[in-house]
Amino acid sequence: MRMAPADAATAAARPMPEPRQETAPAARTPDLMAPRPFTVERVTRDVSDTFTLELRPLEGPPLAFQPGQFTMLYLFGVGEVAISVSGDPDRPERLVQTIRAVGPVTRAMTALKPGAVVGVRGPFGRPWPCAEIEGRDVVVVAGGVGLAPLRPAILHVLARRGQYGKVALLCGARTPKDILFRRDLRRWGGRLDTSVAVTVDRASAGWHGQVGVVTKLIGHAPFDPEEAAALVCGPEIMIRYTVQALNDRGVSLDRIYVSMERNMKCAVGFCGHCQFGGSFVCRDGPVFRFDRIADRFAVREL
Amino acid sequence: MRTHTSQAADRPAAAVIGDDGLDALIRALTEAGRRVLAPTEHAGAITIGDINGLADLPRGRGDVQAPGRYRLTETEDAGWFAHGPTAEGWKRFLYPPEECVWRAEAKGASWREEPTTTDDADSADTLALLGVRACDLAAVAVLDRVLGPEGAADPRYRARRERAVIVAVDCARPGGTCFCASMGTGPGAGDRYDLRLTPLADDPGSRFLVRAGSAAGADLLARLPARPADDAALAAAEATLNAAGQAMGRAMPADAEARLKRNLEHPRWNETAERCLTCGNCTSVCPTCFCSEVEDRSSLDGRRAERWRLWDSCFSVRFSYLHGGSVRESGAARYRQWITHKLAWWHDQFGTSGCVGCGRCITWCPVGIDITEEVAALPATAAAVPA
Ligand SMILES: Cc1cc2nc3c(=O)[nH]c(=O)nc-3n(C[C@H](O)[C@H](O)[C@H](O)COP(=O)(O)OP(=O)(O)OC[C@H]3O[C@@H](n4cnc5c(N)ncnc54)[C@H](O)[C@@H]3O)c2cc1C
Ligand code: SF4
Ligand code: SF4
Ligand code: FES
Repeated sequence: MRMAPADAATAAARPMPEPRQETAPAARTPDLMAPRPFTVERVTRDVSDTFTLELRPLEGPPLAFQPGQFTMLYLFGVGEVAISVSGDPDRPERLVQTIRAVGPVTRAMTALKPGAVVGVRGPFGRPWPCAEIEGRDVVVVAGGVGLAPLRPAILHVLARRGQYGKVALLCGARTPKDILFRRDLRRWGGRLDTSVAVTVDRASAGWHGQVGVVTKLIGHAPFDPEEAAALVCGPEIMIRYTVQALNDRGVSLDRIYVSMERNMKCAVGFCGHCQFGGSFVCRDGPVFRFDRIADRFAVREL
Repeated sequence: MRTHTSQAADRPAAAVIGDDGLDALIRALTEAGRRVLAPTEHAGAITIGDINGLADLPRGRGDVQAPGRYRLTETEDAGWFAHGPTAEGWKRFLYPPEECVWRAEAKGASWREEPTTTDDADSADTLALLGVRACDLAAVAVLDRVLGPEGAADPRYRARRERAVIVAVDCARPGGTCFCASMGTGPGAGDRYDLRLTPLADDPGSRFLVRAGSAAGADLLARLPARPADDAALAAAEATLNAAGQAMGRAMPADAEARLKRNLEHPRWNETAERCLTCGNCTSVCPTCFCSEVEDRSSLDGRRAERWRLWDSCFSVRFSYLHGGSVRESGAARYRQWITHKLAWWHDQFGTSGCVGCGRCITWCPVGIDITEEVAALPATAAAVPA
């Protein structure tokens, strides 16, 4: 795989930053495992199995967060799951989280109505390096609900559009019915300064867009591979092929950031479930600069 | 944390005690209202339990430990602390296998938090840990980094830990599966003890050199019937440790971390997996394994909810479950996670090894898998062909 040239006097030669540490261990309070109650203000059904909650704390300040961070979302007496914040980081008054119902806890959450109360711990984890990649082209690659943790980064970049080079957004979904945040995608795609491409695994009648895996979009997307930084989130297999395709086009591994998923029980570095080699994904991730994990990523079942 | 000083001012730095001193020590700890935990004989093994006096301590009892084997024996001398590592370590008392960490009652659409028993600092036991081996003391230091003020700061662990008095007892005879000397954790206790007892070589079971490691330890020491330690006593203590260090039957290769990291795809993992039952005995007896499950429970009417922290093990398939399947399905991957975490990744995470060389995982493995042998079986350089 290609790494950044050590001596090139281009923007690409700037050392790429690591995701920042957002939760200083020293600042941890004794009630790390206690959820804080938030009221559900609004529920939006996005696609068949996915919905978005807008939450407001019962009391106390809103939850300021960095794009890419997640919370532990708790349904009283039922259970707790790791969910990324999908809202606008410049408007943290409402905590926005997008959930795909796949199992007991997330399915039970589909019954939430405005006025219900859920518990929130967090935010946790290292964010996308939005400030650090200013000046570069930005290519965002999302698979399925992987678009949710990327949405805050996209909103951050578009709100400061002048600070970045070209912006390309590449999304994959299983079928046209599964395309998340359609309104956003339309709005972003309508901007002259942003390129949006969507592909589906399986087309249905009336779909005139691209068919195939999201990696197919990488070859034609408008960005300068010597210059761009890539933000990638989706199933692990999708990350694998996307990194390969980006690297093949010339994006060095130290300019590719990925968000990893592992089983999470505590989110504060002591349940051990999220281990990925020497990292706790909850604390040292979920966003990793790919060159830092490339060796481990290649090992099966690690 | 309590400040640990090597010597409190105008206290004897070291003294020698015998049976009466040991007896007085246990009484002093009990009278201070502490729950005194020490090695006890139970169900055919020496394990940690409550004691009320000297008579509860095993006397003249040793053990034979080997891969997959453990047997109690009579020792020649009728002394105290003649056994190897206890069947289980001290972990369960500082970090219980099950603990309620949060509790609430429904109130309107929301809930009201209620205290858990362990939130109440006064109701938690004030422990005295008597007879902590060097390896187990090193394990406490490791847990301090993971769960204590140096780590994720679990308030319950921290409360118990800060209030506990630790009386370390150095080893005169290592157990059959011990390898602490090669891990740099024993046979002599390092830091974090309040008192440290070293058996004297001429009479290892009943005369001990005592050193204080904290002001609390020095206070205790001052109350014991003891005589000041002379040069001969210091030399006899030294002799005990030298002999013990040389009697270790096993050693961990010094480059364990590098070997493991370089051989993540070695065929040995599959070979070991054929013997490994993935039963998780090793993680439950290991004094440093900290992994836990978080379980949310509710009353039948749904009005009350509790959150429990339960010991967990990386040997279960469910441990790494993600929607659609577990990350570590194969036994080989789970065995690799255990050993690489202990000896390699732990260095990245906590700046120390996660293995202290107590040998318990070797003794209590039903099929006798030996952690030192497994590391030694990996080439010191990268495997040529990935598995
Ligand atoms: C950092 C991070 C961010 C995430 N962000 C989102 C998001 O924005 N939207 C979304 O819909 N999902 C997200 N997930 C995945 C989500 O946490 C799981 O889908 C969810 O835990 C499934 O729980 P369940 O009880 O409904 O289902 P089950 O699949 O039955 O899960 C049972 C238990 O397994 C564990 N588990 C299962 N799947 C996962 C998983 N994929 N990741 C972590 N633990 C899992 C959990 O402990 C869960 O409680 C994220 C996961 C991580 C690690
Ligand atoms: S890995 Fe084995 S020898 Fe090492 S500390 Fe754990 S139980 Fe003891
Ligand atoms: S991952 Fe396994 S070896 Fe590591 S602490 Fe947890 S249970 Fe022990
Ligand atoms: S989720 Fe518990 S250690 Fe990361």
